[in-house]
Amino acid sequence: MMRRVLNALPAVALLMLLLGAWEVYVDVGSVDRLVLPAPHEVGAALWNNAGVLASNLRPTAEEVVLGIMLALASGFALAVAIHLSPVLRRAVYPLAVGSQAVPIAVIAALLIFWWGFGILPKLAVITLICFFPVLVTTVDGLAAVDPEQLKLLRTLDASRWQAFRFAELPAALPAAISGARIALTVAVIGAYIAESQTATTGAYAGLGHEIDADLTALQTPRAYAAAVVLFVFAIACFYTLALAERRLAPWAHRSRGEVR
Amino acid sequence: MNLWGNAREGSNVQIQLEPARPPIEDVSTAAVSVAGVSRAYRERGGMRVQALADISLHAATHELLAVVGPSGCGKTTLLELICRLQAPDAGSIECAPAALMPQHDLLLPWLSAVDNAALALRIARVPRTRARARAMELFAELGLKGFEQAGTHQLSGGMRQRVAFVRTLLSGKELLCLDEPFGALDAITRAEMHAWLVDALRREPRTVVLVTHDVEEAIVLADRVAVLSPRPGRVVGELEVGLERPRSRTDPQVVALRERALMALGRESGR
Repeated sequence: MMRRVLNALPAVALLMLLLGAWEVYVDVGSVDRLVLPAPHEVGAALWNNAGVLASNLRPTAEEVVLGIMLALASGFALAVAIHLSPVLRRAVYPLAVGSQAVPIAVIAALLIFWWGFGILPKLAVITLICFFPVLVTTVDGLAAVDPEQLKLLRTLDASRWQAFRFAELPAALPAAISGARIALTVAVIGAYIAESQTATTGAYAGLGHEIDADLTALQTPRAYAAAVVLFVFAIACFYTLALAERRLAPWAHRSRGEVR
Repeated sequence: MNLWGNAREGSNVQIQLEPARPPIEDVSTAAVSVAGVSRAYRERGGMRVQALADISLHAATHELLAVVGPSGCGKTTLLELICRLQAPDAGSIECAPAALMPQHDLLLPWLSAVDNAALALRIARVPRTRARARAMELFAELGLKGFEQAGTHQLSGGMRQRVAFVRTLLSGKELLCLDEPFGALDAITRAEMHAWLVDALRREPRTVVLVTHDVEEAIVLADRVAVLSPRPGRVVGELEVGLERPRSRTDPQVVALRERALMALGRESGR
């Protein structure tokens, strides 16, 4: 426990330093407080709007968590397909790269047309943004399996499927989760984009929607407070995934040096 | 590389692309007969490399044939031909299905030692508990007791090679192809492993083709030693060892045979 606290110390110290600099900049600078509120104002907004922000975190968190899971599943499945079929690789990979360049606004109306105002179009946006890092890391993870390993399995009469199951699948698993960790940071931005681009109904429409509404209403401190919630949420998700990776693929974290 | 492209599922087929020479002697259960085999491959730059040229070898059932040669003389290619991972350009290979023990142990880090050893059984769809039980029997017999549940990262280099060898044994194949299995070990561990292998093969007799660049290792372990030339690999000498096991490296007869093998090697590489 004590060690955990000590481990977190550098991050906390750096955060304090940055917050201090921000406070000083706002207090002595000429920047309009409607453009940049001081940290203490953001803190106050956070405190005063805790209920609203928590209610708005719920839909956003759902979108991000489900979106990442969908991205992990679809990215992994596509990577396996690409790995096993050179034809699919040539067919799909360029399109997958291109899909990352499509501005969401272009297809937002289409997504609403297909799936309405609920969570589905938002999940589609987040999955679209997040499957790509998973795809790339998983394809690389699958390709990194030693060809000698596959030859060995072949002489042990493994079928193609068994070679995949015994050697390639476990090798690709930590790679896929690493991809998801990269994707996670963009997933939060993805949730914001999804909420601002696709229309929403209901009282609490998510933190992204809240930010948009607050900025329009010149409620800048509350917009910043919502951003802080996203910031903390992203960190929490990142370390949850790191923990999951350690649990699911402990071999990937052992030192490579062998005891001789 | 397409290992599964035209899969010949481990059957006892023989690869024959040219009219075969008559087999040298018995091609019974577990003998190996390599007759006039050549193999070339294209390197990345498009250069054609002749790995093996008109090579002929024979190992009788439960014999240990060592193949010695300088680095890059096509020894690994030879084993891959015997294991049917490649097909020869010319010549014929007649042998039972072979299991390969590669240069690096290639243990799977996500499996325990005993599960790595039992891999071939799991591939043959033997239920997990029965597969483990059979691997554990061999662990006990071959001095690996107590390491069944160890992770691969907890094993020493010698231990890893032993587990890899048990994995090869449990493939159920009568013919084992060992590709420089002890090359990465220090001298002391290697000597231990030699004694261990002799003992293991006494308990579990198999036909073995052992590839090595270590002449001494070949003489200490093998019934017969084939000396290969630098690339393209050809057989430039064959020695019958015929000494009692276990053999000592300092035994005058071993030393004499080693000198003969080195001479055959040296003549070829022009030293």
